[in-house]
Amino acid sequence: MAIDPTYMKGKAAIVGVTDRVSPTGVLGVPERQLEMEMIGEALEDAGLTIADVDGICAAGFMMPSMELAEHLGITPRWTNSTMTGGSSFEVHVQQAAAAIALGQAEVVVSVYAQTPRARGKGLGDMSAMMGMMDQSNPMPMVEWEMPAGNVMPGGAYALAASRHMAKYGTTSEQLAQIAVSTREWACKNPRARYQEPITIDDVLASPMISTPLRRLDCCLVTDGAGAFVMTSAERAKDLKKKPIYVLGTGTAHDHAMMISQMPDLATTPGVISGREAFKQADLTPNDVDLLMSYDSFTITVALSIEDLGFCPKGEVGAFVEDGKLGPGGSFPVNTSGGGLSYTHPGMYGMFLIVEAVRQLRGECDDRQLDNPKVAIAHGCGGVLSCTSTAILGTEDAL
Amino acid sequence: MSRMTMGQSKHAEPFWEATKEKKLMYQYCTATDKPVFYPRQISPYSLKDTLEWRESSGKGEVYAVTVVHKPSMPMYMPKVPYAVAIVELDEGYRMMTEIVNADVEKVKVGDRVKVTWEELSGGKNYPVFEPDA
Repeated sequence: MAIDPTYMKGKAAIVGVTDRVSPTGVLGVPERQLEMEMIGEALEDAGLTIADVDGICAAGFMMPSMELAEHLGITPRWTNSTMTGGSSFEVHVQQAAAAIALGQAEVVVSVYAQTPRARGKGLGDMSAMMGMMDQSNPMPMVEWEMPAGNVMPGGAYALAASRHMAKYGTTSEQLAQIAVSTREWACKNPRARYQEPITIDDVLASPMISTPLRRLDCCLVTDGAGAFVMTSAERAKDLKKKPIYVLGTGTAHDHAMMISQMPDLATTPGVISGREAFKQADLTPNDVDLLMSYDSFTITVALSIEDLGFCPKGEVGAFVEDGKLGPGGSFPVNTSGGGLSYTHPGMYGMFLIVEAVRQLRGECDDRQLDNPKVAIAHGCGGVLSCTSTAILGTEDAL
Repeated sequence: MSRMTMGQSKHAEPFWEATKEKKLMYQYCTATDKPVFYPRQISPYSLKDTLEWRESSGKGEVYAVTVVHKPSMPMYMPKVPYAVAIVELDEGYRMMTEIVNADVEKVKVGDRVKVTWEELSGGKNYPVFEPDA
């Protein structure tokens, strides 16, 4: 018998969130310490303790959830080490919600900490990866893309932007408006890395990295950390904060780290992950009050808006150019200030979830939306490779 | 100008050996009549060893292009600005490459290009592309 596609809707809820960022971009705390502190804060936010946790998620190299659980000294009965880059934490939402719905776990924690600034390395540093490489069996990207001299990861997004511009007439000014609107939100967030307004001209005057993307089309490189706690809808009712329910989720990927293998550089697998999430939630894009979209680059947001169905394919340039993504606009996006202006330690997806939950709870002070009921956290990992869409909502959205 | 070449896989030896004679090779799945690139041991379409090597015309068009101003790898710094592109070959597969012998800022999606070669070590060559006037 086929399972009702909406079976998952509202079965699990996020009940605790936290994050740690710095206005300087530097935290100066070791990653493992940050993880411990984030787990403690998220559990405190939920009114739970580590003794309640029976499921654990982490993303990273090797066996991250095992290393983490060992450090915590716990014996989870459910584990998840899914690593899809920046979308890992949306995948954790999807898989934790399924586990909770099936009774395989009751209280699941997912955590993330990364301190690229402490290491003094940018995201483009691949020396560790190269050092581990077997020269007679290199990763495909090393053999078939790296010699061309593409900027990583920015050049991959630049190629996608060039394709979208050529195919649909999207302009640099329109992409720049995404950075401007996002910065307007950051100006309302006292914890954001950058809180000075910028203009389209500022974006266009910033140094060219790889055409058509300039410095201000690119995300930050900061330290940062965060965590969420999820439990069953039943248990969520007795906890400290208003439960934020998981309404629908979807994940898809159509290549890994080689942008030359992406079937269509102007269309992401968000078409699929979004479709699946909306189907499970029994909702449409019209029902969404807030889009928290991965914004590694301005083009990432543009493609996500189209692929999730908020405007027709190819029309995102005209859709964003009136500033509707910013404060007071009709389609709020990335109210924290995003990876472009708030924080971006490398796998930014955790911060999408944290902000979506805070907005739905009404905890966002100056940047708080008017009584939002449905928010999307849409992660994007690799180089536009793996999207994962989590639709979250308040009790009113059930 | 040297390139970052960090290894060549054993199963792609026919590709790299052919570059000594400035021939651009690609794989073709005879079971499903589809081109395959990058090189594989087993066809991703049939999941069997149904791949044969074929010589490409070396002609195609620019599918996507970016002009690099701030490279990730310091050894590419002397080249800036240079054009990195994904080229769609006439045989129906795509590869990442550099567009050379061109006014880089004027290279655009849809431009016709043809393969040309840049010397690597050991007599091998690296396929780059230039405008096909």
